[in-house]
Amino acid sequence: MTADGSDSAAALADAVRRGERSARSVVEAALGGIAARDPELHAFLHVAADGARADADAVDEKVRAGEDPGPLAGVPVALKDNLCTRGIPTTCASRILEGWRPPYDATVVTRLRDAGAVVVGKTNLDEFAMGSSTENSCMGPTRHPMDPSRVPGGSSGGSAAAVGAGLVPLGLGSDTGGSVRQPAALCGVVGMKPTYGVVSRYGLVAFASSLDQIGPFARSVADAALLLEVIAGHDPKDSTCLDRPAPEAMRSLDVGVEGLRVGVCEELVADTAPDVSRRVREAAEDLAGTGALVEEVSVPEMRLGLSAYYLIAPAEASSNLARYDGVRYGLRVDAPDVAQMNTATRTAGFGPEVKRRIMLGTYALSAGYYDAYYGKAQRVRTLLIRAFDRVYEQFDVLIGATAPTTAFAIGERVADPLTMYLSDVCTIPSNLSGHPAISVPFGAGDDGLPVGVQVLAPALCEERMFQVAAALERLAAARARPARGEGRR
Amino acid sequence: MSAAGTSAAGAPGTNADRANRSDRADRADRERRADTTERAEWETVVGLEVHCELKTQTKLFCGCKNAFGDEPNTNVCPVCLGLPGSLPVLNAFAVELAMRIGEALHCEVRPSSFHRKNYFYPDMPKDFQISQYDEPINVGGWLELPDGSRVGIERAHLEEDTGKTTHQGETGRIHAADYALVDYNRAGVPLVEIVSRPDIRSSAQARLYVTELRAVLVATGASDGRMEEGSLRVDANVSVRRVGAAALGTRCEVKNLNSLRSLGRAIDYEVARQVALVEATGTVVQETRHWDENAGRTVPLRSKEEAFDYRYFPEPDLVPLAPGSDWRARAAGAVGLLPSARRERLAGLLGGAPTPQQVDQVHVVVGQGLDDLVVAAVAKGAPAGLALVRAANELAADIGAALALDAGTFGSVVEMEGRGELTATQAKAVLAELLAAGGGDPAAIAAERGFEALSEGSLAAVVQGVVEAHPEEWARYSAGEEKLAGFFTGQVMRATGGKADGKAVAAELQRLRR
Ligand SMILES: [Zn+2]
Repeated sequence: MTADGSDSAAALADAVRRGERSARSVVEAALGGIAARDPELHAFLHVAADGARADADAVDEKVRAGEDPGPLAGVPVALKDNLCTRGIPTTCASRILEGWRPPYDATVVTRLRDAGAVVVGKTNLDEFAMGSSTENSCMGPTRHPMDPSRVPGGSSGGSAAAVGAGLVPLGLGSDTGGSVRQPAALCGVVGMKPTYGVVSRYGLVAFASSLDQIGPFARSVADAALLLEVIAGHDPKDSTCLDRPAPEAMRSLDVGVEGLRVGVCEELVADTAPDVSRRVREAAEDLAGTGALVEEVSVPEMRLGLSAYYLIAPAEASSNLARYDGVRYGLRVDAPDVAQMNTATRTAGFGPEVKRRIMLGTYALSAGYYDAYYGKAQRVRTLLIRAFDRVYEQFDVLIGATAPTTAFAIGERVADPLTMYLSDVCTIPSNLSGHPAISVPFGAGDDGLPVGVQVLAPALCEERMFQVAAALERLAAARARPARGEGRR
Repeated sequence: MSAAGTSAAGAPGTNADRANRSDRADRADRERRADTTERAEWETVVGLEVHCELKTQTKLFCGCKNAFGDEPNTNVCPVCLGLPGSLPVLNAFAVELAMRIGEALHCEVRPSSFHRKNYFYPDMPKDFQISQYDEPINVGGWLELPDGSRVGIERAHLEEDTGKTTHQGETGRIHAADYALVDYNRAGVPLVEIVSRPDIRSSAQARLYVTELRAVLVATGASDGRMEEGSLRVDANVSVRRVGAAALGTRCEVKNLNSLRSLGRAIDYEVARQVALVEATGTVVQETRHWDENAGRTVPLRSKEEAFDYRYFPEPDLVPLAPGSDWRARAAGAVGLLPSARRERLAGLLGGAPTPQQVDQVHVVVGQGLDDLVVAAVAKGAPAGLALVRAANELAADIGAALALDAGTFGSVVEMEGRGELTATQAKAVLAELLAAGGGDPAAIAAERGFEALSEGSLAAVVQGVVEAHPEEWARYSAGEEKLAGFFTGQVMRATGGKADGKAVAAELQRLRR
C-alpha cells in the first residue's frame, strides 16, 4: 500500500502474478476511474481501452498457462503523449502531428509490455514538452488533481495528474528541464530523471536531444524504483544509451542514510517561496536526525543554468522540429509550392511557445551568433558539470526544492514566459549536467498543496539517490502521522 | 584557402622516380596548355567535390538495404524516414570504408564527430543532414594523376545521402511541375565527400582526376564507381585568374555534373563565361550555378546572399567517433593495390622506359582491371610487351569474357605468338575463339584451324606468285596507287588461308615495289 491507501504497483503485480486478481479486473478498474474522473482532469489525450483490455487478457492468459507475466504484470501505465506507441496516436499535444500513428513502439514501451504492464492511454503535455504547466497543449490544459483551478505542472502534467489522482499507479514522462520532477512535486507524487543515457530515448519524440531523459512517475519511491529498473538498460537503437545494466534501484531502499553526507544546496532553497523552503529545511533536519551528515553548501554556477538551458534546448529543438514540414506525415496545409506549404503548415501546426523556442534556437545557431550564444551556453554547461564534480567530492547527495512554488493557478503565468521559465530553475541544472535527480513529496505549502523535495546525485548513482529518497518518504510519513489529513485537501 | 601548386615536392620515392614524374608532369602541362580553349593570359582554377556512395550492405544510420533501382520507398524505416522519436546508429562498415578511402588518398585518418546541417528540403526526411563538419575523419591528402600531376585533398568526410525527388508534370521541369514524388530509398545511404584543393588547372585535368579517383575508390572496395547510377557525383568550384596571379579569383560552384563529359563541358563553359565577365565588368559574382546539359550552359541557382545558413551544430544523437589503432590498421590493410601502383607494376614488366603507346596500353589494361591477368601471364613466361598489346586491344574489346580468362591460357597464346608459331592475325583469331568459348586449349585451336605461321621464305614466294598473277594491278600499285596494297594483301591471305602476317605481307610488297 502507498501512503494514500491505494494499491502500489508492486502489490498489484504480485496479486496478478499469484492469480489473486486478474489483470483484466485491474485494468477495468483503471478505465472506470479514468472515465469517471478524467472529463474534469483532462489528464488523457487518448484512452486505449480496447488495446488495454486485450493486453490485460494476454497477461491473464500467461498467468493461467503458468508463464512468468513479468514484474509489472497487469499494472496500468499512462504514457506521456510524446512516447511512440505502435498504432496509437502520438500527438505531442500538437496540431502538427494530427492523425499520425507511429509504426513502432518506443523502447521503453516495448520494455513495459515485456514486463507485463498495460498501457491504458496517452497523457497530456505542453506541446512538444515545451512548458511547465501543461497549458501549452493544443487540446487544452490538464487540471491539478487536488484543485481544478490550478495547473499540475509540466510538461508531463498529464502523467503526473493521472498518477496523483490515483487513476493509474505508474506513469512515464520525459524530463528535459524538469518536466517529470516539477509536475511530480506539484501533484504530490514521486518523479525522477535518470542519469543521461540510463534510459533509451528511442521512440521519445525529441525536444532537446542532449537533455531529454524518460523518467517514471509513481505514488511511492519503491514503485518509481521498480519502474526505473524495467525501463532502464542498454539499447542498441540509441547511441547515447550507456552500455551498462539497469541500476538496481530497489536494492537500497531500506538502507537508511546514516553517515551519508547530504548537502543542502543554497541555490535550490534561497529563491523558493518561504513555505517551500521551510519544507526543505525540515527534510534536512529530519535526515540529520536519522544519522545523515547534513551541511549547507553553495554551488553558484547553478544560477547560470537557466540562461544556458534556454539557449541549448531551443537550439536543439529548432533542428529536431524541422522535420514537421507537411511532406511525410501529420498536418499539411496546401500552398502553391513546397516552401510555402512548409511555412503554411508550420504556421498553422505549431503553438506560440513552440514557435518562440524555434525562433530562439534558430537565432542562437545562426552564423555569426553561434559562438556568442550556443557556444557560450555549452561552455557554461561544462562549468556547471565541473562545479558538481567539486561538490560531490564533499557530499554524497544534494537536496533542495524541486519547484520554487506549489501549484499555481491556471492562466497565472501564461502571459509571462520568463516567469514560467523560472518554474524550472531548480530542476534544470541536473539536465545540463546529465546527473540523476528525484522529487519526493514532503508535506504541503501554506495553500495545502504538495511540496516536493529534490534529491540530486552524481552520475550513475541512482541507487544512492533512491536510498535517500526512500528515507525522505519515511520521514515525510512520520511528520504527517501525528496530524493525519492536516495540510491536505 | 591557398592555391597549392601541382608540383611533386615532398613526394616519396627515388631520384629517378622523381625525375620521371616531373618529366611526365612537364609533358602533361604542355598538353594541357595546348588543349585549353581559354585565352592565354587566363588561368583556370578548379577544385572538385566528389560525393561517393559507399558500397555497404545497409544505410549509414539504420539497417535498411543500400541498393540502387529498387521499387521506390521499399528500403525505408522510421530512422531513414526521420520519423518522430527515431535515432541514428552509425554503421561501422561505412566507417571502415571511409578509412580505406583516407588511406588510399594519403590522408590523416583521425578521430571525428558528426554535425547537423540544417535546411529544408522535401527529400531530406529530417530537414537536416547528418554530416561531418569541423572534425572530418580524413584530412590532408593527395591523389597523383596518371600524367604525373598531383591534386591535393582537403578532406574526405562521412555524411548521409538524401532521397530523390522527381518532378511530375507536362514539361518535367522543376518550375512547371504539377507535383513531385519523393523516393526515400536513397535517404541515409552512406556517402564520403572528397574535397580537392583548388589544384586543377583545366577541364582535361578535372576529367583525369575524376577518372583516377573513381579507379581508386573502386580499388578500395568503397565504391562501385557507377557515375550513371549516381554513385559518384561531382560538383565543381571554378574560378579564373590572370596567369601569374597569386590570389584566387571569385569562384562559382557548378552542380548537376552527371558525367565526365558534363564535367568537362561545364568547366570550359564556366571558364569562358567568367573570363568574359571579368574582362567586361572586372568581377565575378560568387554563386551556385546549375549545369544545363541540353542547353550546354550554366545557369544561376542561388547567389551568395541567398546561400543557406546551415546552422551547423554537433549532432547530439551520436557520440564522437574514435576508431582505435587496430581498426585503422585493419582498414589500411584492406586497401587493395591502387591504380598508380598497378600501372607502375605493369610498366615495370617491360624492362625499360615504356613508349608513349605502351603508356596508353598500360592505362587501358589497368583501367579495365586486366593487369592482374597480364602480370600472371608474364610470370608464367609470356613476353610482357606482347601480352600488354593483346590485353589492351583484344582482351579490352571483350572485357566481360576477358576477366574470366585463365592467365595460363592467355599467356600461352602470347607465348606462341612471341615464338613466331602464330602470326598476329592468327593470335587474334585464337584469342577471339577463347573469349567466345569462355576458355579452351590455344594449341588445339591453332592446330584445328591449321594455324602455323609461314616462314619468311615461303611468304615471299606466295607474294611473288600473287604479283605475277595480277600484272595490271601491280603496275598501278608500282605507280603509286596505294589503295591496291589492300588488294594484294587480301590475295595473299586468300592464298595462305589467313596464315600470313599482315605486317610481313606489307613489308614484302614494299620491298618488291622498290
Ligand atoms: Zn532505414
